[in-house]
Amino acid sequence: MHEETVYEALDHAHGGEGQWAFGTGFDEPLAGVDTTVPEGIDPADLGAYCLMLGDDALVLCQRLTQWVTNAPELEEEVALANCGLDLLGQARLLLARAGSVGVLGRSRERATASIPDEDALAYFRDPDEFRHSGLVEAPNGDFGQTVVRLLAASAWRLALFARLRESRDPVLAAIAAKGVPELTYHRDHAARWVLRLGDGTPESHRRTQAGVDAVWPLLADLFTATDVETRLTAAGVAVDPAELADEVRDVLTLVLERATLTAPEWPTPQPSRGRAGEHSADFTALLTELQSTAREHPAATW
Amino acid sequence: MSDAAAGGPMGDVTAEGGHGAVPTGPGVPVADQPAVSKRDWPLYEVFVRGKRGLNHVHVGSLHAPDDEMAVHAARDLYTRRNEGVSIWVVQANDITASSPDEKDPLFAPSGDKVYRHPTFYEIPENVPHM
Repeated sequence: MHEETVYEALDHAHGGEGQWAFGTGFDEPLAGVDTTVPEGIDPADLGAYCLMLGDDALVLCQRLTQWVTNAPELEEEVALANCGLDLLGQARLLLARAGSVGVLGRSRERATASIPDEDALAYFRDPDEFRHSGLVEAPNGDFGQTVVRLLAASAWRLALFARLRESRDPVLAAIAAKGVPELTYHRDHAARWVLRLGDGTPESHRRTQAGVDAVWPLLADLFTATDVETRLTAAGVAVDPAELADEVRDVLTLVLERATLTAPEWPTPQPSRGRAGEHSADFTALLTELQSTAREHPAATW
Repeated sequence: MSDAAAGGPMGDVTAEGGHGAVPTGPGVPVADQPAVSKRDWPLYEVFVRGKRGLNHVHVGSLHAPDDEMAVHAARDLYTRRNEGVSIWVVQANDITASSPDEKDPLFAPSGDKVYRHPTFYEIPENVPHM
């Protein structure tokens, strides 16, 4: 040990933040990651895939954000907002990746040159340019339905990200590695609420069962590969969502059983309309609110 | 819900705020139970350990439906800026505290024992967490 005192040694072991009892460190998730598009991969495909996964996160984040000032308890409001912030972080990285490989749709024509690609994609695409699944855009419903949807969405995304850590695209692999512990927490948090509400009072059981019944049909959207996913899966960059079905169904079935809730029949997978840019009027309303400030003040920075 | 409200170990006599024990049971008419509300969520005190080698420090309190959810809520409320490596939660009810009335007998005697303070040592400037 070269340090003069034991305190310097301790400080050094903790990254040189000795005077801060709680630390100040930030981790840069993509530090040192090779951003070159892998050999043989069409950048348009890679960007389209990043848009799908980024839009899933962005839209679910916006739905969770709608609970802020409305959640049943302050503590839970912060928890849902934290989940949303994690997803927003994932969305930023994925939309930035899509922009960096040139997939910007018509957003760049509308956005001021000074704002970054990720913001152009979030704020200056129209609804039919978004590529998220139907699961994340559906309205929240009550708190029971919200946690059922969060459970389903995070179970699917965790199953995907766990596999994407092996992606041939180093950026996707790094984003997935960062996301796995976040999604593990979201899934755990949602599952704990589903257990407590399902196996709680008759009223909480009734409402949560109604939430399950409302969310289940939306799962049909999640397990059919688009052409982009099929091509990228063959190239070792993406994961075929059909591979995720068994794990997601097992997780959801286990939680519902323990929560004394009844799982409806597993829906037959269908090609996703959301991934093709077809969305509901509910989504248009959500997006209008999300984009209102940026479109009113296109050159604003924050 | 408390044992008393559920007609628990107290049997057929229940304390009601300010009125002493009153008879309760199937034959005794009672008002409807109020809906479950936030008041049913106990208060928890939260302790966070910032780094290995430091102590858990009290950082605040929160309401939660049970112990596990209290740890989750503590994580979301008190460790959002990379503060913690460990969280303790304990129901505030379970803490036994000294009373302000006992302040003098408890603490005054240590006030003049100067030799108990490390004021006769030089502390290096770079000692952290003092």
